[in-house]
Amino acid sequence: MSEPHIQTPQELDDANARPVDRPAPTGGKMADTPPESHRDGEVLLEVDHVTLRFGGVVALNDVSFSLRKGEIFGLIGPNGAGKTTCFNAMTGVYRPTSGEIRFEGKSIVGRKKHEITRGGIARTFQNVRLFPEMTALENVMVGADAHHKTSVLGALFRGPRHWREERTGRERSLQLLRFVGIDKRAGEVSRNLSYGEQRRLEIARALATNPTLLCLDEPAAGFNPAEKEELLALIRRIRDTGVTVLLIEHDMRLVMGVTDRIVVLEFGKKIAEGTPAEVRDNPAVIAAYLGVPTDAA
Amino acid sequence: MSEASSSSEKKTWRSNGGTRGWFGRQPGWLRAVVLLVVAVLAYLLPYTAEVPLIGPQIVTQGIDWPSALFNMSYYVLLALGLNVVVGFAGLLDLGYVGFFAVGAYTVALLTSPDSLLHTKWAWAAAVPVALAIAMLSGLLLGWPTLRLRGDYLAIVTLGFAEIIRISATSSETLRGDRGFADIPHPPGSGSDGKPIFGVADATPYFWLGLSVIIVVIFAVRNLDRSRVGRSWLAIREDEEAAEIMGVRTIKFKLWAFAIGAFIGGLGGVMFAGEQGFMNSNSFVLQFSILVLAGVVMGGSGNVAGAILGGALISYIPDRLRGIEDPIFHTDLFGFRFAIFGLVIIAIMIFRPQGLIPSRRRAMELKDREREVAPIE
Amino acid sequence: MNFSGLIHDFGPLTITGLAQGAIIALFALGYTLVYGVLRLINFAHSEVFLMGTYVCLLVWGLFGLDQNSATPSTIAVIGLLLLGMVVAIVASGATALAVELVAYRPLRKRNAPPLAFLITAIGASLFLSETVGVMTKRNITGVPPLIRPRDVFVIGNMHVTNLQILIIVLALVMMYVLDRFINRSRLGRGIRAVAQNPDSAALMGVNKSRVISLVFLLGGLMAGIAAVMYDLKIGVTRFDAGFLLGIEAFTAAVLGGIGNLRGALLGGLLLGVLQNYAAGLFGTQWLHAASFVLLVLILLVRPTGLLGESLGRARA
Repeated sequence: MSEPHIQTPQELDDANARPVDRPAPTGGKMADTPPESHRDGEVLLEVDHVTLRFGGVVALNDVSFSLRKGEIFGLIGPNGAGKTTCFNAMTGVYRPTSGEIRFEGKSIVGRKKHEITRGGIARTFQNVRLFPEMTALENVMVGADAHHKTSVLGALFRGPRHWREERTGRERSLQLLRFVGIDKRAGEVSRNLSYGEQRRLEIARALATNPTLLCLDEPAAGFNPAEKEELLALIRRIRDTGVTVLLIEHDMRLVMGVTDRIVVLEFGKKIAEGTPAEVRDNPAVIAAYLGVPTDAA
Repeated sequence: MSEASSSSEKKTWRSNGGTRGWFGRQPGWLRAVVLLVVAVLAYLLPYTAEVPLIGPQIVTQGIDWPSALFNMSYYVLLALGLNVVVGFAGLLDLGYVGFFAVGAYTVALLTSPDSLLHTKWAWAAAVPVALAIAMLSGLLLGWPTLRLRGDYLAIVTLGFAEIIRISATSSETLRGDRGFADIPHPPGSGSDGKPIFGVADATPYFWLGLSVIIVVIFAVRNLDRSRVGRSWLAIREDEEAAEIMGVRTIKFKLWAFAIGAFIGGLGGVMFAGEQGFMNSNSFVLQFSILVLAGVVMGGSGNVAGAILGGALISYIPDRLRGIEDPIFHTDLFGFRFAIFGLVIIAIMIFRPQGLIPSRRRAMELKDREREVAPIE
Repeated sequence: MNFSGLIHDFGPLTITGLAQGAIIALFALGYTLVYGVLRLINFAHSEVFLMGTYVCLLVWGLFGLDQNSATPSTIAVIGLLLLGMVVAIVASGATALAVELVAYRPLRKRNAPPLAFLITAIGASLFLSETVGVMTKRNITGVPPLIRPRDVFVIGNMHVTNLQILIIVLALVMMYVLDRFINRSRLGRGIRAVAQNPDSAALMGVNKSRVISLVFLLGGLMAGIAAVMYDLKIGVTRFDAGFLLGIEAFTAAVLGGIGNLRGALLGGLLLGVLQNYAAGLFGTQWLHAASFVLLVLILLVRPTGLLGESLGRARA
């Protein structure tokens, strides 16, 4: 697993200053083309013929696709298509019945959830799962703890590593809260934050684990158009810091607007893959959505 | 003692909550002085009877006051330990007395002349071994139970304690209700050559217990205000989400059990050293539930609450000793389990955050109440 | 390990096990019903049972009967049994209902976290058992010998007594009646609806509070019958009689599949028999420890039990 990239405050500020509409790093080719081997564009995550069965129900049926480093990747499909199931398989919550999932070349099937996180995949949840009684700052610090090495005995005896990691963890957490725009609410119990703030907090918490790949599960659900625009900008800012983003979304405009490539699922099967333009004109996709790619939210 | 915290965080936590809030807002040095004064007063508790007017009302009649104080000290220890498991990590351990038993029995086995081992160690030598074994038993209990849901976990822990008690009653090595006698006392002699820890006066034992409590308080606080405490809280709030955020849930739950067991064992070794005698009747299940009552009543999830709760579950029954009830002519001390069973119900209904709520708990419960209750 | 003893006594151990298991099964029904509907382990159920054991002794005592009395005539015995059962059912049912109304319902109104329910349940259990303990000075109370065990038939060294047959038959009959009630009657449908999806059930017009009260009463009813059988079989009762048996009953419920009525029967009978075999192998003092060990094993290996969860299957 790669070394976590510790963002210095300077890097984060630089990222904020960069222009928002940066050209897509990949060429947007079909999935059958072999992956490009330069740094931006090398394969990060491969879903390889994954099938997932729950009793009699086939939630995922021989699904294959790959994500390239540095891209913003969309996973879409009508309700019940298997998007969140796929997500859960990729983050270790479900175990595929057959098939492989490889992250940075190594299989992650069967790994423990926290190992996968520490290996570089972070996620948010469809229905926000914050720690309700912890403050916003504490929530993010839990994420930051993921890479900390202070042992229980170290915490007990207040060793130097404990102090160091508490300090850096807190600073980084505040930075991240600033990055997503809720640093003014750092001391507020997360239960009391507004819905939009909670969603952003979840993203900050996931980012605190220093991921190489960030998976967002319907991050715009329940947002009004203005909030969606802000979210778009945030996702681009995240990608600009070097994090690859995988996105499940229902809102077509948002997906078309921000992603570099898209995979479309229907009834657990992949029915299309390509750039937003390619997918939008794909008859199978149109049929799956009954022909109207509008604001589904 | 306080960490550097962002100003907005300080404002939220410390701007509410009566005395606690006020106390939290005082400068560090003032807080330290107050705590020091409290500690000194605690050491002076054996002399409470000297306090004019109220002193004699407070001290126990049916049992000598230093012994009552010593009892309070190990109950407080047990409450502190159970608080780590239940209050911090959220694992309902109903068999907590098992760890107390392991600590006490190990000491007995290693030191008592009645023991099959015939090792006849000094008390102080047996203590580290007893504590290590208590910790091990915590891990042993924790390992199979960690994947279980809350209610099943509770029953299994209960089973664990009962298995220990049944083993103690039935096995030859542990000598059932014949028990172990002549367990040696902690070492040390005074200036006059007589042992400090004798049989007549329980005051030195109380002071020992109090010192141990102070150390444990610091240890537990350190853990709470570190990644360990954060992980425990995250596990308590949403275990799966915590694991997905990188928290090693199994490791931290095991540590909660181990630490809880260690503290329980501490209570056990001191109990053995003071009593000099013990048998299987000392470790009945009701005892575990009594300690749980203490934690819950005092205020689960915070150290001050555990101390208060632990002290009350020992003090109140001891204070009632020697008084008989008019109907059944039973010493009121015998009512203690019934009383605290009722107290549990009352607290859960009327003041679930306990007498001294942890700041989080009070807010959590208030928020839950405000939520739309499920359709009746 | 006493293998030869186990083999030699296989028959007697089995029949004893079945009779004990039948009592456990009836007792287990209370746990499984409440768990199926409320997802709550009703720790106080052991005291629901306990009340039944004591109250029927009190009533028999009113007729001047105690452990030293002579066995009355058959007519009298039948009358006393029926009376005892009615009284025990009322006492147990009332206790169950009281616990629900005093301890659990207020918590539900406050939307308390699940841990709170468990803690309250423990508190209720402790309060009830200890109150009885204080009242009886923790002594055992003997049972009048209403039924003198007499062999009805003998196979090899296995003596099957009238009492054992009564217990087993009664348990099977009650199980059948309960099963039909749950699966055929309107109230039973209400119970299953609430168990599977409480909010939908409410929307369909099911009165959730009443269903919950009914469930507690039914559990109490079964426990009351188990209590009388227990009194007759064991011959004594004590303030802590509910506790160990309660753990065994809970183990049986889990073994059969928590929430599953037939599972409770299967689990109870199986547990009774296995316990006795264990006692035969390792010695009688390990009889109770066996059920704890079994519980841990089941929860680790097959937590849904032999027949699977059923009453509340739909919930995650």
